[in-house]
Amino acid sequence: MKFIVSAITSALLSYAFGLFLPWWSIMIVGLLVGYFIPQKRIFSFLSVFLGVALFWGLFALFVSTSNEHILAKRVAMLVIKKDSPLLLVMFTGLIGGISSGISAVTGRSLALLFKP
Amino acid sequence: MINAAMFYVLGTREILPLPLGEFLSVQEGVWQNAESTDFDFTSDLNLKGINGKVDVYMDERLVPHIFAEDENDAYFVQGYLHAKFRLWQMEFQTFAAAGRVSEIVGDKAVQFDRNQRRIGMVFAAENALAAMEKDDSTKAALDAYTNGVNAYISSLNKSNLPVEYKLLGYIPEKWSNLKSALFTKQMTYTLAGFDKDLEYTNALKVLGEDNFKLLYPELADSLYPVIAKGTVYPKPLADLMPPSTADSLYFNRRDSVQITSDFKPNPSNGSNNWAANGTKTKSGKPILSNDPHLSLSLPSIWFEVQLHTKAFNSYGVSFPGLPGVVIGFNDSIAFGFTNAGRDVKDYYEIKFKDESKSSYWFDSAWKNADQRIEKIKVKGQKDVLDTVAYTVFGPVTYDKSFKNELTNEKAYALRWVAHDTSNILKMWLLLNRAKNYDDYHHAISYFNVPGQNMIFASHSGDIALWQQATFPLRWKGQGLFVMPGEDSSYMWKGYIPMEENPHSVNPLSGYVSSANQRPADSTYPYFVPGTYEVYRAITINKKLEGMFNITPDDMKALQNNNYNVFAELARPILSKYVKRDQLSADEIAYLQQVENWNLMNDPLETGVTCFVHWWDSLYNNIYFDDLHQTPNTLVKPEKFVLLEALTRDSAYKFIDDINTTEVENLYTQVTNALKKATVQLNQLKKEDKLEWAKFKNTTVYHLLKNNAMPFARTGIMNGGGNGIINATQHDHGPSWRMVIEMTQPIHAFAVYPGGQSGNPGSKYYDNFIDTWAKGEYYTLFYMHKEDVSSELIKWKMSFNPVL
Repeated sequence: MKFIVSAITSALLSYAFGLFLPWWSIMIVGLLVGYFIPQKRIFSFLSVFLGVALFWGLFALFVSTSNEHILAKRVAMLVIKKDSPLLLVMFTGLIGGISSGISAVTGRSLALLFKP
Repeated sequence: MINAAMFYVLGTREILPLPLGEFLSVQEGVWQNAESTDFDFTSDLNLKGINGKVDVYMDERLVPHIFAEDENDAYFVQGYLHAKFRLWQMEFQTFAAAGRVSEIVGDKAVQFDRNQRRIGMVFAAENALAAMEKDDSTKAALDAYTNGVNAYISSLNKSNLPVEYKLLGYIPEKWSNLKSALFTKQMTYTLAGFDKDLEYTNALKVLGEDNFKLLYPELADSLYPVIAKGTVYPKPLADLMPPSTADSLYFNRRDSVQITSDFKPNPSNGSNNWAANGTKTKSGKPILSNDPHLSLSLPSIWFEVQLHTKAFNSYGVSFPGLPGVVIGFNDSIAFGFTNAGRDVKDYYEIKFKDESKSSYWFDSAWKNADQRIEKIKVKGQKDVLDTVAYTVFGPVTYDKSFKNELTNEKAYALRWVAHDTSNILKMWLLLNRAKNYDDYHHAISYFNVPGQNMIFASHSGDIALWQQATFPLRWKGQGLFVMPGEDSSYMWKGYIPMEENPHSVNPLSGYVSSANQRPADSTYPYFVPGTYEVYRAITINKKLEGMFNITPDDMKALQNNNYNVFAELARPILSKYVKRDQLSADEIAYLQQVENWNLMNDPLETGVTCFVHWWDSLYNNIYFDDLHQTPNTLVKPEKFVLLEALTRDSAYKFIDDINTTEVENLYTQVTNALKKATVQLNQLKKEDKLEWAKFKNTTVYHLLKNNAMPFARTGIMNGGGNGIINATQHDHGPSWRMVIEMTQPIHAFAVYPGGQSGNPGSKYYDNFIDTWAKGEYYTLFYMHKEDVSSELIKWKMSFNPVL
């Protein structure tokens, strides 16, 4: 249950923060969610990873589909040297997921540090 | 720790070339540039800076038709839309003009930037700006345009920045009138920035005067000048006598110049234009055609636009960076341009008193040189400071601190028409509203550089062509080589009066045309050195002479004509001198391909590929030894030089290779050239690149060239080539094709190899390219007030004034 709450909260907060903060607000989200939702560190990581990766990935997929992948085709060649918009979408999710997930681990560790 | 590292790695460019977190962020990164394919461009904006309401009707190709009462409001909105669709390109081009590329890409551009500063690009732009701002009408137009660009820039945030800013990691600065002036100088550099003075000076020393004249002749036998042969020119009033010391100090100077410029505009920059009057057209009204040849780029150099105001209704292409229509038409007239190619750039040798470069010897005294300290900002590094001395001639481009090859202690000042004050924008603003020949003639009188063949046609039936600019008045031979700069006797004595510039108005032939060839034959009384094309003009003139009852479709076909007249003249030489009994089976096969070829540079032809390789090998066989007698390679003779020499004389003196003991003749050279070409052709055959289009691989590069290949379009199936009316080379060619029939209503057709949007994430980024490659055209929607509810309008943008 905590896992699902943590994932959904990360996704929702990431979207909200992203409306007025730069990209690294997803790392703040990771920190906060990791700090306030007590779970094993691995689950903090996985839940936030999943939440943010899905948010970024699905957002990218939606945008790219309505663009008929015109941009993603070009940027995929440029960034990952592969002619695959879908791979770029997944890569986007991965980047979002990892950076916020690791922040969640940091958040969880801080929480443990202050509440022994 | 890992967390901090993540933040750092994904947010900066220090570790990875891209800050992946920022770049891929769905809410502020590159995904925000993925424009929905059914995006709705309709909008309603309230903006400060316009005086009245402006309505913009967008058609399905994203061409804005701007309807404003006040023309300055139209320029404001034009600026806004240029920025909306082309901001990165506009800014990048003016950064390049100003020598500021290092700010964006780092120290690899420092030499480029220094060169731009040292040829006085910013100095030139400042002089142009002073003239443009002195005139109330151009100042108002520029101010409005700048305000429009800035209104758009103010609306930007991180997420809606153009992709290139996100890739390169910087943000746009405010636009200014100076940036528009810089843009005009970048165009000037592209079209009138080519010179061979330093190379010629060196060649004269190495080759001697006789050989020099043989290799770099002034006139081609096959010349079809812009102004027909037989035209009678008035005797000039100006003094065209060389200074008394010219023989000793100039023509017979025998010291070498060892600087060769690393930076030169593409010599293929040119164009075709022609206009036929009612005696030759089916409708009885003139038809005007124009296709400017430039580096093919994405975003395109052109942006299509219509400007409808109380005073005029013009349509055509504009330069993102300038207000107004640059090539196009209005209700009464049509206008277009080709490059004149005249040399308007000379060098003077300067004697500085000392290392400080603060004074130089001039007219028997030490004269103070102004010092301009150029500060070049370099991304991630310390600024580079460069001191440029300014003399009576202009900036000292080359000196001890700036040299290209070998050690050279000499200083050369640049005299370039581009540095003169003038208001070239005024010409375009006047052309947009011109109603007849007199208005056109008045408008072009404001133009000083880059020299252009300005073509004109009117609804009332007139056609005209003026080669117009302020061209230096030269004595014969002046400016071919570096000139002495120690006194005023070698300075230009003024400019050729406009009325004596080559021109043709309503000629009996019924047409006017130009294709970057020499403006006039040897009877023109002025010395007009330059870089000229010979062959396109021959095909165009021969075709137009025989055309009657011409329709716009005929003109479209002519613009896409692939006939190779050079090969028509050169092939008999290859056929005649090749020794057939000495050829292998492969060599005979290629020989037959050349001989059976229909002389069309069509996409699927293989004969043209074989011909080009054979002729190029012959050219190298004949000239390579002669051009490599010195550490500095000598400038190559024009391609007409070899063809005409061999046509005249099969014992041409350069045929023999001076590095071998045996004596080569034309038979051995032509045969050997085919053998060399066969090696290359066999390789191409293996790669399946014998077909002309596959070999040529026409490519429209993004402005970032090889750094952004996924943003380019490669492998475009297209014929044509150098010296062909369809001048499409690998990455260079017709950047806009336009055919305008001056009937009522006007019939207008055009296309360019790009798209209206500069965003690689938009379907309007490159959507014209396939149409262009096939030689097809769009029918232009030339809107009038009564068309506001036409079904051709897809979106409407309203601009409402805020007081």
